[in-house]
Amino acid sequence: MSDLRDLYQEVILDHGKNPRNFSHPEDANRTAHGHNAMCGDTIDVFLKVDADGKIEDAAFQGQGCAISVASASMMTEMLKGKTEADAHHLFETVHALCTGHDEDADLADLDEDTADRIQILAGVRQYPMRVKCATLAWHTMDKAMNDNASDGFSV
Amino acid sequence: MTLASVDPIHRTRRTNGYDVEQVRADFPILSRTVHGKPLVYLDSAASAQKPRAVIEAMSRFYEEDYANIHRGVHFLSQRATDAYEAARAKVARFINAAKADEIVFTRNATESINLVAQSWGRKTLGPGDEIVLTELEHHANIVPWQMLRAEKGFEIRVAPIDDTGQIRLDDMAKLIGPKTKLVAVSHMSNALGTILPVREIVRMAHAQGALVLVDGCQAAVHKQVDVQALDADFYVFSAHKIYGPSGIGVLYGKYALLEAMPPYQGGGDMIDRVTFARTTFKEPPARFEAGTPAITEAIGLAAAIDYMMDLGPSFVGEHEHDVLTYATERLSAIDGLTIHGTAAEKGAIISFTMAGAHAHDIATILDQQGVAVRAGHHCAHPLMDRLGVTATARASFAAYSTRGEADALAEAILQVKRIFKL
Repeated sequence: MSDLRDLYQEVILDHGKNPRNFSHPEDANRTAHGHNAMCGDTIDVFLKVDADGKIEDAAFQGQGCAISVASASMMTEMLKGKTEADAHHLFETVHALCTGHDEDADLADLDEDTADRIQILAGVRQYPMRVKCATLAWHTMDKAMNDNASDGFSV
Repeated sequence: MTLASVDPIHRTRRTNGYDVEQVRADFPILSRTVHGKPLVYLDSAASAQKPRAVIEAMSRFYEEDYANIHRGVHFLSQRATDAYEAARAKVARFINAAKADEIVFTRNATESINLVAQSWGRKTLGPGDEIVLTELEHHANIVPWQMLRAEKGFEIRVAPIDDTGQIRLDDMAKLIGPKTKLVAVSHMSNALGTILPVREIVRMAHAQGALVLVDGCQAAVHKQVDVQALDADFYVFSAHKIYGPSGIGVLYGKYALLEAMPPYQGGGDMIDRVTFARTTFKEPPARFEAGTPAITEAIGLAAAIDYMMDLGPSFVGEHEHDVLTYATERLSAIDGLTIHGTAAEKGAIISFTMAGAHAHDIATILDQQGVAVRAGHHCAHPLMDRLGVTATARASFAAYSTRGEADALAEAILQVKRIFKL
């Protein structure tokens, strides 16, 4: 079971069970809804970005597995105080590491704590069916920052 | 006459009752390991594994008899055509259709429903009409009707389930009325295992002049289906869930209905005569089978039916019920585990959630122990909404499932509790 302990590390179980910043701040000015069609997980990401492009506040609400909730929770902690550019860089780093494209990940500019947390999330790469659980919050955050929502078709 | 039906070993199995170890030996994949553990395959409701008889029938067909059908006059074309049409006749006998021409081969049950929606539905339904679905339906029996509704403007009404996951006939009676043109229901719920009172629903619908489409994807493998006894107007299922190959499905329709339905797709093999001014179409079922079909898959489906009939559906049914009952007892004893779907009439499916552990986390931890279950919404968002969950874990049992596998499932679930400290 050593593999599973790598995936379900204390910090993941803790954030999964007691997610931080699990709220809907009324003053959020960048929001997006994300869902994973395969599993039904849903998330709403709420960001408050100031005039200089700095993220003052980050929060989320939604339903999902331990991996997706923990990822969202840790993400909101990491985002506070970061710039839009930082947030985009984080998104790309998380995405690269979770999908096994280490060569595209640049951890050099990150503080140690953030880098450690991202490495923990990247444990999901051993479980290809679960990668989307870990990256859902990040994709949704990216969507909120870029406001590139598409409604598609509906009936 | 197939090899399976003359093989003395198979005959012995039938006369001696049900030997699950012998059944397991027929399925090559069941001897493999996953993550270093023996495979415990509890996802047959998503797709069943294939017996050697099916795999070999398909290989043999490719090696000895393959050609396109309904086209050539050469030897192999005739052999392939005969085998394809024999498969159609076998399906007809399997579900007791009145004749082989009532069997249309499709890609899968989903396409069968789309065919009925786009052909019968497009011709028949309009503003003021109603169709009735149930809360248990798979997206395959919801979305094709919504897509048609967007064009045709009819109403979709939905029969609710009770807390056991069963449809109540008095609710059904309230929904089916003179405006109802179609009732489209699952025979057995893929998410909960509930077996619906289809015969009674058909009686109710017919009394109001409505037709009934039955989604038999799950039922066809667990029950002996008799479309004439059910008096279903349309009955659909996929081969891959009854130990056959993926890529082929069945639409049964009463012949008079099929005859009155326009083509679904146009192309070769479904036409009578083509000119640039005008094209006429063949009679059913050819009218609905445009293009080269899944020929080898039809041969595989026929072999799967032979295999199932050889096992004996009643033996299989009893065996699956035994494993279901045992697994239900084992899982019910686990603190914090909730089983969704407790109808009195239920097939070999257990859908469950656990307090403190999401279905996907459960499925990942089970997988590491070789136990394959489905986790998610089971293509039934409305049902998940009704149950108030986003996802469940689902263990489904088949002819080859054992009590020992139910034990392995229960043990693996205890590992979930250890990891999540529940």
